[in-house]
Amino acid sequence: MSGSESASVHKIAGRIAARFAALKAEGRGALIPFLEAWDPDAATSMEILRGMPAAGADLIEIGCPFTDPMADGPTVQLAGRRALNSGATMAHTLAMVREFRSENNETPIVLMGYLNPILSYGVARFCTDAGAAGVDGLIIVDLPSEEADLITADAKANGLDLIRLVAPTTDDARLPLVLAGSSGFVYYVSITGITGTRTASADELAEAIPRIRKFTDLPIAIGFGVRSPAQAAGAVKAADGAVVASALIDGMVATLDGEGRAGPNSVRVVLDQVQALADAVRSVRK
Amino acid sequence: MNKSFGANSLRSGPDERGRFGEFGGRFVAETLMPLILEVEQAYNAARADPTFQPELDAYLKNYVGRPSPLWFAERLTKAIGGAKVYFKRDELNHTGAHKINSCMGQILLAKRMGKTRIIAETGAGQHGVATATVCALFGLPCTVYMGATDVARQAPNVFRMKLLGAEVVPVTSGASTLKDAMNEALRDWVANVRDTFYIIGTVAGPHPYPMMVRDFQSVIGEETKVQLREAEGRLPDACVAAIGGGSNAMGLFHPFLDDASVRLIGVEAAGHGLDTHAHAASLSRGRPGVLHGNRTYLLQDEDGQIQEAHSISAGLDYPGIGPEHSWLHEIKRVEYVAATDTEALDAFQLCTRTEGIIPALEPAHALAYVSKLAPTMGKDQIIVMNLCGRGDKDIFTVADALGVKL
Repeated sequence: MSGSESASVHKIAGRIAARFAALKAEGRGALIPFLEAWDPDAATSMEILRGMPAAGADLIEIGCPFTDPMADGPTVQLAGRRALNSGATMAHTLAMVREFRSENNETPIVLMGYLNPILSYGVARFCTDAGAAGVDGLIIVDLPSEEADLITADAKANGLDLIRLVAPTTDDARLPLVLAGSSGFVYYVSITGITGTRTASADELAEAIPRIRKFTDLPIAIGFGVRSPAQAAGAVKAADGAVVASALIDGMVATLDGEGRAGPNSVRVVLDQVQALADAVRSVRK
Repeated sequence: MNKSFGANSLRSGPDERGRFGEFGGRFVAETLMPLILEVEQAYNAARADPTFQPELDAYLKNYVGRPSPLWFAERLTKAIGGAKVYFKRDELNHTGAHKINSCMGQILLAKRMGKTRIIAETGAGQHGVATATVCALFGLPCTVYMGATDVARQAPNVFRMKLLGAEVVPVTSGASTLKDAMNEALRDWVANVRDTFYIIGTVAGPHPYPMMVRDFQSVIGEETKVQLREAEGRLPDACVAAIGGGSNAMGLFHPFLDDASVRLIGVEAAGHGLDTHAHAASLSRGRPGVLHGNRTYLLQDEDGQIQEAHSISAGLDYPGIGPEHSWLHEIKRVEYVAATDTEALDAFQLCTRTEGIIPALEPAHALAYVSKLAPTMGKDQIIVMNLCGRGDKDIFTVADALGVKL
């Protein structure tokens, strides 16, 4: 790197922006699959991560395990618990990204998690290490705009996009505040609820996404309640990307043995599901 | 900011971001953020409305039974020696604990906001019972989240809540205790933001809850000041209260924060001992972090994962503490000490036999420290202890701990 300024300029127009620009040129939306780091164990989750781009992932979201994930439903809660039981730490999650980057320099990686493990790691040290590992963006669920100043400068200095959550409860008066300082893309939480529960209707999305577009030029990805290939196709029809989490975890859980250990099909089942989702997303011309 | 106090007052917090020093704040998901701001606005409007406080006061007087007496515990004082010990008897409130002070304030606010459904979390069940009670009084449906472990060890309170018409949802995530019940209540709130009001049981959670619950509980300290002036013509030398989340302690302490001569002492639960892994002493053994919407001292491992607390008292069994306590700890205005399960059990029996009052295990922790402190003080000095709950709910736990079969 040739000095921090040129490094950060390079990274801000980094992988996430480049990927969305390329997809726009291609005329299609993004599939953003999720995996919980170290669920159910280090090797299995690494293999899933490594296989996702070839299966059709355009960006990848990695969940950072936390004991108290207050916005997550049972599926992601249990994924976090399995991950913690297998010994996951923040350092391990960053190591996964570093390993992934040794063979893939294009697919953007976004970490999604809760604030306390980041605070515990040290905000400045975390942003430095995440940037160095090859992380492109952060979604911190319990860090609303009102509190975001504690990480903004460190994230920026390390080329990390701060991806903001916008909810159905975020009204027009609040949107500018929520979007200020966000970069990468906007994550639209499509339901008032926790992950893996309800699904927003096409009508709800058709109303919500243009409302957000009035306030931002950033790409918009839809998450919470996007499970099936048809729903993923619906999401990229309405917006620019679809995040699928709980459905992929459920698919993997079905392959675990009675003690929660990975089986011979655990990786394959998830990647097949990613492939089916990708086919559906790619069938939507924009 | 609380404008009724001067800038130099220790009672003027929190600031406009909901912070007490670096503690507090609003660390919630975006879905909840607009609602948190709405609660804050509604609470500020209620405080400014001259009809709100008189309405609340009338319910506190005629329904809750306030003011609660200030009782000179003469036989206990003789038994332990030293300073005179007074009990602020919040265990005599309707429902048997201080929790209802805040539930009454919060449900009046919920009604003003036009909310039609109430949720709450509970550990020992005292806050759940108090919430179910005010919901029955006002005819609102009520859902109480309670860790499955606590459901099993607090069966009488579960039945009470059901009798009062509440739905009790056992929570099986995490370790199935108070922390997990609070997570689940927050998840319910995220899914039902439009019609639901969350009545939080302690001085924690996102702003404005720590401030709001404190304000509603401060009636404890305000009354104490007046009552002790009548009885002794002066301020106490020390105020002592047990701390889980810290609402009864904050209620007693807050009106005394600017009275520099009054020592304020919070007693955390040391469980099996502070140097074991089985305690609930967030300030003594934790470090700052973010959980349940606020930045505060937490029991956590080196990776920022929240650890389980332990106490014989289900009401103190929480790995965090209200953010204002964290601040008062750092500025050293309040001293925070700890009492073990065993010390609390001894104090429980001492109180029962010398005063004819069966205390809850929570204030038994405060009494355990009082019985160490009083002998070090002069006979003309005064300690006020918050007897914040009655012990009927705990007799099975105590019998078990004492090896008695009922």
